[in-house]
Amino acid sequence: MEVDELMCLPRLPRVAVCGGTHGNELSGVYLVRELLKVEKKAVEEEEEPVSVMIVLSNPRATQQCHRYVDTDLNRCFTHATLNGPISDTDPYEIIRSRELNALLGPKGSRQAVDLVCDLHNTTANMGMCFITYSDCDWICLHIFRHLQKEIPDIPMRFIHFDVSNKESYSLDSVGKHGFAMEIGPQPHGVVRSNIYTAMKGGVQHMLDWVRLFNSGAIFRGGFVDVFTMVKHIDYPRDSVTHNITAAIHPHLQVRPEMYFYLQCLKTEPSLTQETLKINCNLTTSCI
Amino acid sequence: MSSYNNTARLTEARRVAIFGGTHGNEMSGVTLVNLWMKNSDEIQRKGVEAKPFITNPKAVEKCTRYVDTDLNRAFTPENLSAPAGDELPYEVQRAQEINKEFGPKGSPEAYDVIFDLHNTTSNMGCTLILESSKDLFNLQMMNYIKKAIAPASCLVLLNEHPLLKYSTSRSVAKHPVGLEVGPQPQGVLRSNIFEAMRVILKHALDFIELFNEGMEFPSCTVEVFRVSERIDYPRDANGNIIAMVHPNLQDCDWEPLNPGDPMFQTFDGKTIHYQGSGTVYPTFINEAAYYEKQQAFVTTRRETLVASAIRKA
Repeated sequence: MEVDELMCLPRLPRVAVCGGTHGNELSGVYLVRELLKVEKKAVEEEEEPVSVMIVLSNPRATQQCHRYVDTDLNRCFTHATLNGPISDTDPYEIIRSRELNALLGPKGSRQAVDLVCDLHNTTANMGMCFITYSDCDWICLHIFRHLQKEIPDIPMRFIHFDVSNKESYSLDSVGKHGFAMEIGPQPHGVVRSNIYTAMKGGVQHMLDWVRLFNSGAIFRGGFVDVFTMVKHIDYPRDSVTHNITAAIHPHLQVRPEMYFYLQCLKTEPSLTQETLKINCNLTTSCI
Repeated sequence: MSSYNNTARLTEARRVAIFGGTHGNEMSGVTLVNLWMKNSDEIQRKGVEAKPFITNPKAVEKCTRYVDTDLNRAFTPENLSAPAGDELPYEVQRAQEINKEFGPKGSPEAYDVIFDLHNTTSNMGCTLILESSKDLFNLQMMNYIKKAIAPASCLVLLNEHPLLKYSTSRSVAKHPVGLEVGPQPQGVLRSNIFEAMRVILKHALDFIELFNEGMEFPSCTVEVFRVSERIDYPRDANGNIIAMVHPNLQDCDWEPLNPGDPMFQTFDGKTIHYQGSGTVYPTFINEAAYYEKQQAFVTTRRETLVASAIRKA
């Protein structure tokens, strides 16, 4: 496929913006609250090219300002968990994942929302990252490129988790397209104004792109640097207590680029950073 | 004739405790105390019994600030004198146990010095927390530490405010010392923050050893930041926060905040300015644990305290 080939894809009439999937990642929590306020006011406006659902994913964890109540909500979206047997004693987050699947999915079906943008924060110095399961979802790649262009002063990276659709476990896998927008560094339980503002801008530009796309705009193809997850590296631990016995070295603590390269140098000889061709121009399909 | 020429004779500080995990998710103290409980070589000093101790083990295990209630607010006279029992909140039971082992608070049997190790998400650097401006021993020790780590900085926060002062774990001792190092997220261990805390304790223990051996410490002045006022986030009628610490104030702990300076930024981008009557020095800016305590930051005023010379009695 050539970079200049024009690819037509279906419009994205329904988009979901989710915050508070982890209740102590506060930029998303406060942004969702703010967007819900604005949404109430905009109800009388004329028909939009896209309908946006604003969702507070884990209300109980948000209320407690904890990552989760019983279990990590963002691991509860595998097909097995969503369709498994229901019980009264199910953990809160499993009940919630099924509610979210009914609201935004069902995952894998034609009724699922077209795009899920799930908002997260990290204590790591990652800047803004898009995290997806696919390295060839043209919608996500084009949105990422659009944000890079519109917000050039924020370091932005595209991370690809090579997990099959069958095994995908996170909230963003419920929509036909989806990605997590992860921004750091921000401590849990804290909202930093610069981080909040970056997230707000990211969501705004994403929605602007979707409106443009749905209106028939053509987006030129090009190249995106993608980081592919290679391996999780744990801390050294005491064999008996499992307590950590070492901390991240000061040299590694602050260099985001170094993190991915060093990770791969320890485990694989080849570099993990690939340059992907977005091998298509993109526009809505003429249906 | 100046009274500063008199040397105060103080009892030696033999029994010293190092508390970690008073808040179970403040990892530097947890890690250091666990390290020293396994191998205490580093904290051994002649004439000093240094005891490392995890104050809130249940919170440490869950990696949470507290289980039922904040241990570092729990050492009130009411709590310490309440009849013991399982119905008491976990941290109140803990406070009673700690008071028994390291106190009783206010009595001659109490430990001489307790260092209580804390981390903060605020950009406070290394901060020593003083509870009384009249504690000569602590003032001299803090002066010693500051000089020892120069040019690196270690500031002193004095919380003697009658309303804002609170009943800390360390208050059980005759000479309570808070050690607050940030920024570090809750539940995270940053090696530079960990090392900074370790170095401060090394100098603190050196001071105590020298003092116990009979060294005289001449009169000195110590710059402190005295707690003045607690400033909450702007909230709506339902108590929800409606603004964040302004980007100009974020991370600017200890820098002057003048009337008219930006202070908060609403979620839709408006600036709220500081309306105080004079320049203050804010600290504990955007500490995660204080959202629920209605505190965005605390204002302080700079002051110079004089400590007379001290020597072992």
